[in-house]
Amino acid sequence: METTLEQLKKIHAFLCLECGKCTAVCPISRFNNSYSPRRLLAEGLFYGAGDLVNNNLLWSCLTCQLCSQRCPVDVRYSEYMRDIRAVAHSQGKTGNPSHSGALLHIMEMHAEPKLKQNRTGWITDDLKVKATGEVVYFVGCLPYYQDLFSKDFSFAPVSIAQDTVRILNHLGIEPAVMDNERCCGHDLYWLGNLDKFDEVGMRNLEEIEKTGARTIITACPECAYTLKRLYPERVDGMALTVKHISEVVAENIDKFKFAEHPLEISYQDPCRLGRYLGVYDQPRQVLQAIPGVTLHEMPHNRRGAICCGTTNWMNCDATSKQIQLGRLSEAKAAGADTLVTACPKCQIHFRCSECGDQSQRADINLTDFVNIVASALDGRGVK
Amino acid sequence: MATKAATSKKKKETKKDFVPNIVAFACNWCSYAGADTAGVNRVQYSPNFRVIRTMCSGRVTPGFVLKALKLGADGVLVSGCHFGDCHYIFGNYKAVEQFEKTKALVKTLGLDERRIRLEWVSAAEGDRWGVVINEFVEQITALGPSPLNHKPKHDE
Repeated sequence: METTLEQLKKIHAFLCLECGKCTAVCPISRFNNSYSPRRLLAEGLFYGAGDLVNNNLLWSCLTCQLCSQRCPVDVRYSEYMRDIRAVAHSQGKTGNPSHSGALLHIMEMHAEPKLKQNRTGWITDDLKVKATGEVVYFVGCLPYYQDLFSKDFSFAPVSIAQDTVRILNHLGIEPAVMDNERCCGHDLYWLGNLDKFDEVGMRNLEEIEKTGARTIITACPECAYTLKRLYPERVDGMALTVKHISEVVAENIDKFKFAEHPLEISYQDPCRLGRYLGVYDQPRQVLQAIPGVTLHEMPHNRRGAICCGTTNWMNCDATSKQIQLGRLSEAKAAGADTLVTACPKCQIHFRCSECGDQSQRADINLTDFVNIVASALDGRGVK
Repeated sequence: MATKAATSKKKKETKKDFVPNIVAFACNWCSYAGADTAGVNRVQYSPNFRVIRTMCSGRVTPGFVLKALKLGADGVLVSGCHFGDCHYIFGNYKAVEQFEKTKALVKTLGLDERRIRLEWVSAAEGDRWGVVINEFVEQITALGPSPLNHKPKHDE
């Protein structure tokens, strides 16, 4: 397998001006000067995927799309990386997965049709959910994050799921939650494992069909992006509305009465929600509607936001830690005590960075968008 | 019709002749040596497992066990030194910590948590290694093949 001419044309590779803006803004290149998107693209153009597949740097790309944002000719570098990774994957090559690949193995196991998961343990009695309905809440990998990270980082990823359901219940929506929902396949897609991605996608669409829902709401930007953009790309005639919870709250902002909630916050734009889906204003609008909340924008915000340092559970290294520390220090310097993010993965990565040595910490609180909205809703305060 | 009959017959056979495939992670200092002792002592026990030697049971993170399960293992055994005997002082305490996480993940995945097991076998306990393996094989045989096991059954 090789990358084809069509693939290269599709990502606008031949338009590259070699201006180097991509390398100038790349969060990885900033700390690891052996990594250069410009050079990797040029190598691919001159010599094909042959050498690149053996290059460990291939797996370092965060697919955060900051380079494409700045590129004058819109070279789709993340998609280029995905194409080369697909070639590497077909040859059985991979990068250095974090957590010994635990999460990647789980994703691949989710392609198994016979699997009957046990993933709804987070649903407490006060949460109103159904098995079928108009609206389905796509939970994502939160129950697995709970098992793997809750002890180490003293936070409960499933609280994001619980608070999302609380917010939806407040709006009078009783969402359907699927017992056997699969991983959305986002990471499999970006790591070039397209066969497994299609399999988990088919499983999910079957499950969603069983609920009879037309609208999908999720609190994970990666799930939102995958369901909204990648599934229709690979499955014809998918007629589902996909919304991130911040869009839902922003649409119905009149129906919320928030309690006073004094907090100095900054907002981290997750790459998938921001640059990929263009949702910048809705979370900000909601956060600023909470009385007492002051939003301090970081210098790198919205389209220029910097990634949380790791994507796809791959190649997490010293560079990732430096990106994370830099980002958290930026939030602190902007005057925030709490960094709010809308992506569970961002929070996990930042929390991991905050576990470091005193000199390597920014000492900033981290919380999720839905946690803040739900706690302002019932006035229970932020943990 | 003939093919259908043949497959159903084959299915019946596989269920009856189910031979479990078990992956055993054994630490270099105690359990691997324990398995060695079992061999030297000519302990008779089930051959349905493959040993993977790790330097310490604490190295066996959820990813290791999940990969084995993903590739179709019916059971995974993690074995290390007894508490206080660890070559790296507290590697086996770390193993317990990691195993708790693995157990939670396996439960959430909907696999039977009895498919994974944590045991302590010292270098001198050759007999115990045999007992542990026999017990585990018996348990896995009772549970049947893992839903992720797609491999053709090996010939005995």
